[in-house]
Amino acid sequence: MVFIELPPQLKTLIKQNEAVGLTISKPEVSLTHVIDQLEHDYPALKGTLRDPITKKRRPKIRFFACQKDYTFHDPHAPLPQVVRDGQEPLLVVGAISGG
Amino acid sequence: MSTVRLLVGTKKGAFILTSNEQRKDWDVTGPLFGGFEIYHFIGSPLDPKRLYASQCSEWFGQIIHRSDDAGQEWYPVSNEFKYQGDPGTHKWYDGSDKPWEFKRIWHIEPSRVDVDTLFAGAEDAALFKTTDGGKSWVELAGLRDIQGHDWQPGAGGLCLHTILIDPENANRMYVAISAAGAFRSDDAGQHWRPINQGLRSEYIPEPEAEIGHCVHRLAMHPTRPDVLFMQKHWDVMRSDNGGEQWTEVSGNLPSDFGFPIAVHSHEPETIYVIPIKSDSEHYPPEGKLRVYRSRGGGNEWEALTHGLPQEHCYVNILRDAMAVDSCDQCGIYFGTTGGQVYASSDGGDHWQAIVRDLPAVLSVEVQVF
Repeated sequence: MVFIELPPQLKTLIKQNEAVGLTISKPEVSLTHVIDQLEHDYPALKGTLRDPITKKRRPKIRFFACQKDYTFHDPHAPLPQVVRDGQEPLLVVGAISGG
Repeated sequence: MSTVRLLVGTKKGAFILTSNEQRKDWDVTGPLFGGFEIYHFIGSPLDPKRLYASQCSEWFGQIIHRSDDAGQEWYPVSNEFKYQGDPGTHKWYDGSDKPWEFKRIWHIEPSRVDVDTLFAGAEDAALFKTTDGGKSWVELAGLRDIQGHDWQPGAGGLCLHTILIDPENANRMYVAISAAGAFRSDDAGQHWRPINQGLRSEYIPEPEAEIGHCVHRLAMHPTRPDVLFMQKHWDVMRSDNGGEQWTEVSGNLPSDFGFPIAVHSHEPETIYVIPIKSDSEHYPPEGKLRVYRSRGGGNEWEALTHGLPQEHCYVNILRDAMAVDSCDQCGIYFGTTGGQVYASSDGGDHWQAIVRDLPAVLSVEVQVF
């Protein structure tokens, strides 16, 4: 089980208060795997983290895990094993905005 | 007794305001989609329970929400707005060529004859169509054949914001694009031509050019679809021949700059605008919020002020933020960037604020059923 902590707006969109749990049956899990499964399980999120056609990450979306920034890593590269095993969540963070 | 329902899109969510034909007391529901910009929120004229909301944000992109039960439950439909073929480029602010890139849906226009058919106006400017209630969208790419490579955005973006469908002839459609102009199709959107003859815009190199005019809004009365009214960046215009030729009807308005324009639901020659002081100030002249009504299709205008703030008012009213209802006594509604929604149940003679403190209002639509 992979746990995803979404920004509040996206939790509102899918009516979830807690981290989202995803079952991904792969020995290694990448960002692409996570987003594919997230969009499959929660169709309302399709296109919110990445463009639905080009699949490019939206510029104001960040991915953190284990106190590291994975935003600019290869989206097909494996995430840490502790994320894959559900011991650490993948954090999806919207760029901060003031005013 | 009929129900009157306002669908209000704001910078931070959508709201549903409900009343009866008296339109005195209103029930306010919302925010729906709290925290998200709702560019447009509209219902089907064929099924008032079928609602659509265009949600967009710089963070999370475009989502089109659909409800089949008047807003109790919502689900997303497709947000895959793909330009046909290689879309090429349009002009950027610095004159360079910029690849076409989808940003958001500004306006959704449901069909009057088929509940599952909708049109959607996009930024970068394009017209999309669905025939399955939003499950899939196809671009009507013939529009961009009309010198699309020369279109250049205004400050608000290269947006297709107005879609009008002739109620007597579904093949005839009109669209308007900021800083490009007005366009007409006579074959249901397959082919288009510019309809900007008579427009004059001092802010472009050729003031009477075929394209490049910043049209802010078009309006028509359903019983006279060949008569069009236009609020342009500057100038209020009318056409009596489906856009073939335009004539200025700004007349005695205190400013002919503005965004929305609307036609009385029972009087095809009664039209409404809300003048804004200028393109840099974007607030009402003299700090007085005044709706102007012409009963003769333009030129002679009267200020409607009863119930509207007549001092210290510096809000704007955006292009999609005015609507008229079909009650026997025509109701007029508009929302402001200050979060007020004003209503008149007597054709504009008297106004009341239904709500005062919403987020900035982006769109107002009305249903009567």
